[in-house]
Amino acid sequence: MINKVVSGAKEAIRDIEDGHTLMLGGFGLCGIPENCINALVEKDVKELTCISNNAGVDDFGIGLMLHKHQVKKMIASYVGENAEFERQLLSGELEVELVPQGTLATRCMAAGYGMPVIYTPAGVGTEVAEGKEVRNFNGKDYLMEYAFEADFAIVKAWKGDTAGNLIYRSTSRNFNPVMAMAGKVTIAEVEELVAAGQLDPDHIHTPGVYVHRIFQGQDYEKRIEQRTVRTKN
Amino acid sequence: MLDKNGIARRIAKEIKDGYYVNLGIGIPTLVANYIPDGINIVLQSENGLLGMGPFPYEGEEDADLINAGKQTITTLPGSSIFDSAMSFGMIRSQKIDLTILGAMEVSEHGDIANWKIPGKMVKGMGGAMDLVASAKNIIVAMQHVNKAGESKLLPSCTLPLTGVRCIKKVVTELAVLDILPEGGFKLIERAPGVSVEYIRQSTLGKLYADDNTPEMSLD
Repeated sequence: MINKVVSGAKEAIRDIEDGHTLMLGGFGLCGIPENCINALVEKDVKELTCISNNAGVDDFGIGLMLHKHQVKKMIASYVGENAEFERQLLSGELEVELVPQGTLATRCMAAGYGMPVIYTPAGVGTEVAEGKEVRNFNGKDYLMEYAFEADFAIVKAWKGDTAGNLIYRSTSRNFNPVMAMAGKVTIAEVEELVAAGQLDPDHIHTPGVYVHRIFQGQDYEKRIEQRTVRTKN
Repeated sequence: MLDKNGIARRIAKEIKDGYYVNLGIGIPTLVANYIPDGINIVLQSENGLLGMGPFPYEGEEDADLINAGKQTITTLPGSSIFDSAMSFGMIRSQKIDLTILGAMEVSEHGDIANWKIPGKMVKGMGGAMDLVASAKNIIVAMQHVNKAGESKLLPSCTLPLTGVRCIKKVVTELAVLDILPEGGFKLIERAPGVSVEYIRQSTLGKLYADDNTPEMSLD
């Protein structure tokens, strides 16, 4: 049986080098690959292009990589919670490509489905459309957007098995499944790693064929960005 | 004149039974508090949830369960979870009946700007460009004038656009207005205590306003 298991984050990212393009799953701080981000910070690889919906916060998630100036270019849809990010952007240290969120997700999906482009109405008539092909289908304009190419996709799942099959939990699913499908090499860190056969095939969200390396992560902080509660009457 | 909750209350009256609704951040989020009795709707959160429930009770927060504003939330009976591509798939294919979002500027042609102030604010568009480009039914919740008293309902937007010719209805602290297919704001209702003349003075874009425009009811 194929076994995709590696010992941990350090081994999983062993061949990520300066200048690589990485996809990182998560929405805000929800469902981010904490172990691999910490290992990338420790390894101090530079000049990275990161594709991720958000850029973390100042002291957590991708924000940790920004602080060490490891990121050359950020491709994201929303980067609002990160003062260091904004400073690097306004000073010109960091290159940023802002992409509508649905376009970002679908460009990942297209890569995983083996399709070179998508057509989407998002951004038609705005600065997002500059330099892009516009085609009219049934009376409506659409932008042509390319599938992403990433050297590595790094995702976080709830459960995984030794064959690389993944199950996500709740809204920490978000971008993880579409990014898992899109990497030339896909690394999955999971909260619970089980033997092949322990997960019901009907419940798999990401089939193991898309996953090249898997390990059980440690010490998940799972930080909450906006803790909102109601009180019992 | 309406406060933020008043704007949300008025918008809630536009929601029909059986709607799937996406609420943006800010005033639109408040709309969920004013859904009339007997109206059953499903809230979509574009990070991948249909059937968003209220905030959790203290101590029951789940870091894996948040809305698009990154707030801890709950699910409801009948909820479903999916990935980001499917989430925008259902938006693009118009399965979502109504989108309610905020704006910094709206033009008399239905253009909207709400994601960027050049040189000042660079946060990104998030899902707003996808939502306005695809939704069949969009209501904008916004302030009619800024703090300096300048109109935000304009002949054309001055800020970078989020979408073009996509907005058909605007609810502000002063009024409910439709945007006509041929261009121009049409005054539909006045906020309590606000005169048609005051709305005229506060609207820089082309305004069609009947002197007998009714005052809105919030009940």
